[in-house]
Amino acid sequence: MALEKLMDKVDLWALFLHFALLSLAAIGGIGSILPDLHRYVVEANHWLSAKQFADAYALGQAAPGPNMMFVTLLGWQLAGLPGAITTTAAIILPPIALTLWVTRLDASNPEAPLGRAVRSGLAPITVGLMLSSGWILMHSVDSDWRGTALTVLTVVLVLRTKLNLIWLIVAGAIAGIAGIV
Amino acid sequence: MTSPPASVRPKVTPLDLFLAFNQLALSGFGGVLPWAHRTLVEHKGWLTQREFVETLALGQLLPGPNIGNMAVIIGYRFAGLAGAAAAFAGLVGGPFLLMIAAGILYQHYGELPLVQRALHGMSAVAAGLVLATGLKMTSSLKRHWRPWMFTVLAFAGVGALRLPLLAVVGVLAPFAMLAAWRWKN
Repeated sequence: MALEKLMDKVDLWALFLHFALLSLAAIGGIGSILPDLHRYVVEANHWLSAKQFADAYALGQAAPGPNMMFVTLLGWQLAGLPGAITTTAAIILPPIALTLWVTRLDASNPEAPLGRAVRSGLAPITVGLMLSSGWILMHSVDSDWRGTALTVLTVVLVLRTKLNLIWLIVAGAIAGIAGIV
Repeated sequence: MTSPPASVRPKVTPLDLFLAFNQLALSGFGGVLPWAHRTLVEHKGWLTQREFVETLALGQLLPGPNIGNMAVIIGYRFAGLAGAAAAFAGLVGGPFLLMIAAGILYQHYGELPLVQRALHGMSAVAAGLVLATGLKMTSSLKRHWRPWMFTVLAFAGVGALRLPLLAVVGVLAPFAMLAAWRWKN
């Protein structure tokens, strides 16, 4: 569908409100609200096809920056620059306001037992979640042993050397183009 | 790790914060956290290993992108509201423009096999970066079975069994916080 035609159909205020509400449910990142974003944009309103949605997500993952920025691309596909600004602002502003409020509370009383228990209690879980992300990512991108070997080699290099991480990514791209993985 | 103790806080201006977060966001292929860890803990020494994990824990508990919440928390801690705004602007400014450029390029070249193959190799490396960062973060845990138990349970639930993140954290978090409250570790 032509962008101009789609633009007339997308109500930017409704879009902003829906994304802003969803943003407050995005605990642990974009993953928790992805199903509802898909339902709203693809199934309920038919603004994008499922393929367009999936490609936007893959690009958001591949491009540098927070994964959440894929909503910028979504907004761009929906309604050009005004759409991109609308979805990005809606997804980032409410959580930022909340985080700032909590940070100010915490900073005004850093030794409060509740804040301390929350921080040191959640730390081990956070480490477990980080390892889970890497694990799940490894299983979703590595289709055979060569991909897994590249991932494991990366782990060893990061732990054993001070190599700039960007070179590892470049090496990965070259390995992909050369058909090694 | 040569990071200074929490009490000796380095002097960091809003401009430093903007530049650091802009750089780590734009290098962050496949996820920003490995770069954030390397920049904030290893290169700049702004945070200790433990402070990084605790800030990330708080960032995950709150809605929104983890790294976005971390930018606000860290920016505010070093340079108040101006610092929070600078760190966050640095984090999203570059990627915002980049995503729009990606949208335009995708409309033209999205199906090229060369592009797809390069992205595949980069993703395999990106998975390794995330795993390595997780392994480094384990050095912040106390040498005691209790915190390690929660790390293993979180990994078993979300990583191995693929249970929903909210359910796993919802069950583990109250016990973890209670344990931290009760035994101070």
